Amino acid sequence: MRRGGRLLHAYTWVIIVWLILPVFVMIAFGFNDTKGRYNQNWVGFTFKWYGRVFDLDELTRALVISVVVALVSMVVSGALGTGIGYALGRYQFRGSGTLNLIMFATMSAPELVMGASLLTLFVSLGVGLGVVTITIAHVMFSISFVAVVVRARVLTLDRSVEEAAADLGANGWTTFWKVTFPIILPAVFSGMLLAFALSIDDFVVTNFTAGTTVTFPLWIWGATRIGLPPQVNVMGTIIFALGVVIAVATNVRARQRSRG
Amino acid sequence: MADASRPVRRGFARRGKLTPYLLVLPGGLWLLLFFAVPMATMLSLSLQQGDIVSGYAFTGHWQTYVDAIVDYRSQLVRSLVYGAIATVVLIVLAFPVAYWIAFFGGRRKPTYLFLLLLPFFVSFVLRTISWRYILTDDGFVLGALKDAGLLGPGFHILGTPFAVIAGLVYNFLPFMVLPVYVALERIDPRVVEAARDLYAGPAAAFRKVVFPLALPGVFAGVLMTFVPVSSDYVNSAVLGSSSTTMIGQVIQAQYLVNSDYPTASALSFALMAVLLIGVFAYARALGTEDVMTVAAR
Repeated sequence: MRRGGRLLHAYTWVIIVWLILPVFVMIAFGFNDTKGRYNQNWVGFTFKWYGRVFDLDELTRALVISVVVALVSMVVSGALGTGIGYALGRYQFRGSGTLNLIMFATMSAPELVMGASLLTLFVSLGVGLGVVTITIAHVMFSISFVAVVVRARVLTLDRSVEEAAADLGANGWTTFWKVTFPIILPAVFSGMLLAFALSIDDFVVTNFTAGTTVTFPLWIWGATRIGLPPQVNVMGTIIFALGVVIAVATNVRARQRSRG
Repeated sequence: MADASRPVRRGFARRGKLTPYLLVLPGGLWLLLFFAVPMATMLSLSLQQGDIVSGYAFTGHWQTYVDAIVDYRSQLVRSLVYGAIATVVLIVLAFPVAYWIAFFGGRRKPTYLFLLLLPFFVSFVLRTISWRYILTDDGFVLGALKDAGLLGPGFHILGTPFAVIAGLVYNFLPFMVLPVYVALERIDPRVVEAARDLYAGPAAAFRKVVFPLALPGVFAGVLMTFVPVSSDYVNSAVLGSSSTTMIGQVIQAQYLVNSDYPTASALSFALMAVLLIGVFAYARALGTEDVMTVAAR
C-alpha cells in the first residue's frame, strides 16, 4: 500500500509536469534571441522582447480588443448571472426548471455549434460581425457559469444572520444590501473572474462571431503558419503571470477570511 | 460547483412574488435570444435552399442532411473515433491522479488542484501551438533524438492521429481529473475500512467499493470531455494533417470559407444529435441511477 502510494505520487507529478511543459516552453521562447519571426530554435537568452512587446501594431490591437471584450463581458455577465444565480438559490418559481435546462445546455453544448448558430442568426438578421457580436456571444456563454457559482453560495448561506438583521429592524432592502450582498460578493467576484478568463481565452465561438475583427487568440491562430513572433510568448507570459498572481491572491485572502 | 443535492431552505423571503422573475429576466432573455433562438435559426437554415447572394427559402429540404452526412461520413466517423479513444485514455490517465490527490493529498490537496489548472492561464490555442513547437520534426526534442541516432531521420509525430489524440487528451485532462476527484473525495474512508475489515483485499476493496462510488464522477468527466473533444477542430488543424481532418474543421470551413450555410448547419445539427445520442446511450449502459442508489444506501 505504501509503495503504491509513492508510485502514484510520482505519477501525479509526471502528469503535472506534462501539463505545464508547454507553458514553460512558451515562457522560455519569450527570452529567445531569435533573429527573424521564426521562433522555433533556441539561439540565446535575451530580455529584449519584453522591451518590444508592443512593437507589432496589429498584435497589440488584437490584445486590446481581447481585454476590452473580456472586461465588458465580465461586467455584463456578472450582473445578469448574479441575478439568475440569486433567484435560483433563493426562490421557488415557475420556469426555474426550464432555466436550469437552458443553463445546462449552454455549458455542455459544443462551442462549435453555439458559435455556428450565432453566426447563422447574425447573418440572417443582416447584423455586421465585430466587437459587439463577439461580446454578445461571450456574455451568453459566461452567464451560466456566473449563475452556478453564485447559486452555490446563496444555497449555503446562513439565513440566521438575515433574520437577525430583520429582528433589528432592517427592512428587506437594507438587509439585502447590508447583509446578504456582502456575503455573496466573493462568489460574484469569482464568477466574474471565471467569465473574464473564459472570454479572453475563447477561440472557437469568437472565430464564428468576429467577422474581420481580430482578437488575441484569433491573431495567434492566423499567424501560426508564418511563425509566431516572440512578442506572442511575452504577452502570453504576462497574462499567465497576472492570472496566477490574481488566483493566488484571492485564494490567500479567502483562506485568511475563513481563519479569522 | 452546482450542488443540487443540498436541500434548499426556503420560506423566509416570500414577499414580492415578482422578485425572482425580475432577477431572472435580463439574463434569461439574453440566453433565450442568443442561445435558444440561434439554435432554432440554425435548424431552420439547415432545411432551406439557396445561396448567400440571392438569399434562402425554407423548403424542408431534408436531403441536405443525407448529402452532408454521406459526403463527410469519414470525417464524422473519425471525429467520433478520436473522441472515444481520447475519452478512454483520459479516464485511464486521470483516475490515478484524482485517486492520489483525494486519498493521499492531505493538506496539499488545493495546491495539487491548482497545479493541474495552471495551464488554463495560457490560451488554449497558444498551448496547442506550443506542442507543435515541441514535437516539430527537427525541433529541440525530435531533432536532438535524431542527432543522437535514437530515431530515424524520417521519424515524425506531427500530422499523425497520435499527435491529434495526444493533443486532445492534453487539453482536456483537467476536465476529467476534477469531477473524478470530487467523487473520490466524497468517499468516507470508513467505508473502505469496513470493506477491509470484511476481508476484502486492496484490489477487491477498490473494485467493489471505491470504483463504483467514483463512477458518477467518471460519468461527469465523460460529459465534460467527450462532446468538446469530438467537436474540436483546433488540435487537428494545428497538430494533424489532411488525413486527420475532423468534422469540426469541415463545419468551420463550410461556414467561414465556403459560406455553404445549409450544409454547415445540417452538419452541426447532425454532430450535436450524434453526440447527445452517444452521451445518453452511455448513461443508460452505465445505469448511473443504480450507482447513485447503491451510494445512497
